[in-house]
Amino acid sequence: MATAAIPAGTKWWGGGKSPFNLSYGKLMMWYFLMSDAFTFGAFLISYGTIRFSANYWPDPNHVFNAFPGMGHANLPLAFVSLMTFILIISSVTMVLAVHEGHKMNRKGVEKYMFWTIIGGVAFLACQAWEWTHLITGDNHVLLNGEVVPLGTTVTMNPWGPEVPGLMHDGHAVTLPGPVAFGGFFYGITGFHGFHVLSGVAINIIMYIKTKLGHFDQRGHYEMIEKAGLYWHFVDLVWVFVFLCFYLI
Amino acid sequence: MSHQLASDEISFGSQHDDSAFYAMVKKVTIILSVITVIELCMGLLIYKIGEGSSGSILLIKGVVTILSLAKAFYITSYFMHLGDEIRNMIMTIVVPLILFVWFIAAFLIDGNSWKNLRNTQAGSRPAETEQTAPAPAVPQGAEK
Repeated sequence: MATAAIPAGTKWWGGGKSPFNLSYGKLMMWYFLMSDAFTFGAFLISYGTIRFSANYWPDPNHVFNAFPGMGHANLPLAFVSLMTFILIISSVTMVLAVHEGHKMNRKGVEKYMFWTIIGGVAFLACQAWEWTHLITGDNHVLLNGEVVPLGTTVTMNPWGPEVPGLMHDGHAVTLPGPVAFGGFFYGITGFHGFHVLSGVAINIIMYIKTKLGHFDQRGHYEMIEKAGLYWHFVDLVWVFVFLCFYLI
Repeated sequence: MSHQLASDEISFGSQHDDSAFYAMVKKVTIILSVITVIELCMGLLIYKIGEGSSGSILLIKGVVTILSLAKAFYITSYFMHLGDEIRNMIMTIVVPLILFVWFIAAFLIDGNSWKNLRNTQAGSRPAETEQTAPAPAVPQGAEK
């Protein structure tokens, strides 16, 4: 790790200089992200608590096995891995945009910010498809003695245990699963998706400001760095959402 | 004006030379992709082995969690350049996160204890063999 070149004997706390060698805005962005990490952490931990307290929990590989345009093909983890790679790549283009900002290269910042925004929009589109698929999906559930088609919502979870020996249209019929599943899934991925949405909005503002030459006038591209910190944090949170909902 | 403000207070630390920077980005991108692919393979392995919480599945889940923490390290340290900051600054971010150790342990243990209490009716009867299926839902109209 390349540490910043600081002359020996620098008096950090003597005043007149940022003791952390960071601007106020970037430091506060870091502290905001830390507090946001605790918010997400609390959500994920509450999900974990409920899951640990339940005797039965749906296997994510059975729930998230669809891919757009592939019909009823059983493709566990395929679509969510596409979403994960979209977010990783948009994080990489953001790093490159920040780097172009250091070099005061406006064209480079514009180019990489554009691709970062495209990545964010693509991720949101994927999430919209996934939600739609889950909500409108008709899984055959034995409810009140009848087999009814149900989607995954915050009040209904069709991913319960299979009823032995009961089939409907060639599909196994299940009992309703723990209701908390949908609430936690839509709540947490929705909160993350809202972060992506606001990240895209921030990136679009930064893109416009870059195009208008505001940062050239200001003499530095630090706003791109701050937007970049936020965007990387969105990717960071997805690592854990991906872990908690799709992998384990 | 604001140009002065930025350059007087801060010496921008992350002014890497170009080739080293691109090598770093390439390396971290590859590491993140490879870890993700390994995680996906392990996720599919869990799918192949099947449901239930046997020891081997728990082990795989533990490994996947550690790999995710490694990804988190690479994103914060390299992409967010936290590794390039001053040590004191890093500590003000990392030390509070230690709270998560208690946070996760306490609440997951609590959830598990809740399950055990419910399954044994607070210890008044021995735990039955793992209840994999809840009893078929009683029709709601039948109770009235």
